[in-house]
Amino acid sequence: MKPDLSVSMGTISLERPAMLASGILGISLEVFGRIYRAGAGAIVSKSLSKEPWDGYPNPTIVEIKGGYLNAVGLSNPGATNFAKMISQNKEIPIIVSLVGSVEDDFEFMVKQFENVKVTAYELNLSCPHVEKVGLEVGDDPELVTKIVSKVKSTTKLPVIAKVGLGATDYLDTVKAAMDGGADAITAINTIRAMGIDVETQRPLLSHKIGGLSGAAIKPVAVRCVYEISSKYEIPVIGCGGVSSWEDAVEFILAGASAIQVGSAIGDKWLDVFSEINDGIANYMKKKGFSKIEEMVGLAKRF
Amino acid sequence: MQSVSSKSAIRTIENVIDETPTVRTLVFSDSNLSEVLPGQFAMVWIPGVNELPMSVMITEQNGKAAFTVRKRGESSTALYHIKAGQQIGVRGPYGNSFDIKKGRIVLVGGGTGLVPLMRLAKFAKPENDVTILMGSKSKDEVFFENLANRILAKNKHRVVVTTEDGSHGQRGFVTDVLEKLLENEKFDGIYTCGPEIMMHKVVHMANSKGIFVQASLERMMKCGIGICGSCCMDDVLVCHDGTVFDGRFLEDSKEFGHTHRSKAGTFENY
Repeated sequence: MKPDLSVSMGTISLERPAMLASGILGISLEVFGRIYRAGAGAIVSKSLSKEPWDGYPNPTIVEIKGGYLNAVGLSNPGATNFAKMISQNKEIPIIVSLVGSVEDDFEFMVKQFENVKVTAYELNLSCPHVEKVGLEVGDDPELVTKIVSKVKSTTKLPVIAKVGLGATDYLDTVKAAMDGGADAITAINTIRAMGIDVETQRPLLSHKIGGLSGAAIKPVAVRCVYEISSKYEIPVIGCGGVSSWEDAVEFILAGASAIQVGSAIGDKWLDVFSEINDGIANYMKKKGFSKIEEMVGLAKRF
Repeated sequence: MQSVSSKSAIRTIENVIDETPTVRTLVFSDSNLSEVLPGQFAMVWIPGVNELPMSVMITEQNGKAAFTVRKRGESSTALYHIKAGQQIGVRGPYGNSFDIKKGRIVLVGGGTGLVPLMRLAKFAKPENDVTILMGSKSKDEVFFENLANRILAKNKHRVVVTTEDGSHGQRGFVTDVLEKLLENEKFDGIYTCGPEIMMHKVVHMANSKGIFVQASLERMMKCGIGICGSCCMDDVLVCHDGTVFDGRFLEDSKEFGHTHRSKAGTFENY
């Protein structure tokens, strides 16, 4: 029997387990279609803000050993424009990522998508390189609860909270999101990091400090998924350095119900999705699993 | 196999050529970039300012590469003012390249859009019969005319210059010259780079005559490596899937010739 690659976690159901992570390739509906046809289970948009943002000057993304440093600065066309850009969506599972600093921002943005076909919202509470939003919000558990509960009361769609490693224990942020009614947690965002060019002696990124992604952060992300899913009863979406089916399975064994792929696009382009889907299917056949949920958290037996 | 430098390599500018009152060519040693294919680009870091996608200019010296830049915005002006002895960072090359057909080809360039076309001319086979149409506003802003004649010395070739004010070469636009050429002569391939409205006309003319045509496009580009999505156009990313696209694809594009995206990703019309 062909293994079933669909995943269902609480209120969210996807045909396939690997989504495109936020921040990557994320503003054109036509490009979304291409990613979906390449095998992604969902596409998470770039994080949208209330107003359009230009982001930082280049260099905004630099390749380093084991991944990338980026400080794009959340450049995005703004929630209102983006809602128009994807208004013709019919079949693509789009998860709209939102970033803001107060609950009213989020309420305004969610309302822009009332008549657009969207699968869920992911609240970016953990961008490490833009002030007043992102990690500064995630570090304030009371604000996290207010934001999540405001979004939950504005929409019937599932709400995912994306957490990262800030100044507050991220497990407290997860708890705060759960208190606000979050349907799932995405863990983790990029990790605050920097690099310096030794010849010019300048920081590599124009913003100096950015976020680290890619293989270098995978073990940290696996640990976080393991800890969250051990401590709380909430579906976890694993994100951080997934570039192969083995990585995807590792996250699932750690407790992830689904995974997100970002930096690997740089090396493997959209082929990474079929590689992950096929690899997971073969693994399931070999190990005798018929559904992905049978594998979630199996590493916790030991 | 071409090697791609994913990390910015720091290069020292050795020589600066004033092409026109607003255009300069910065020359530096880089054996990797000196060999790139026509149409490929590098990401150029101007330390403390920005990082820009630039088509790699040919030089007439082995092992040297160059960038030809017109001062326009803040970043291109900063690059324009880089002096010999100052440093820039380069990574790449990235992107695809022109497919050079056998036989009679026409290169249609406007302004610094001539850069990839000069490299194409250098890569032309001795059998290629090459026509270069170069457009400028006025005589002061004409550049690469002599260089084009030198590169193509061994080919059957002609270089046609147009200026909008008629102060040098033919008065008018390159697209006017192309239109006449296509009425009277047969060609095997047309290649264009420059202002998008010009390229849009060139592509349309070639397509309507059934002539193979390619254009090298420019879009707001940030990462240059197919990650950030800033340079998306329809369902392609210009950095990853281009920058060179076939006329058939461009004819069907909803965005080519009409609209492009800002830094934020909103649409702006041409």
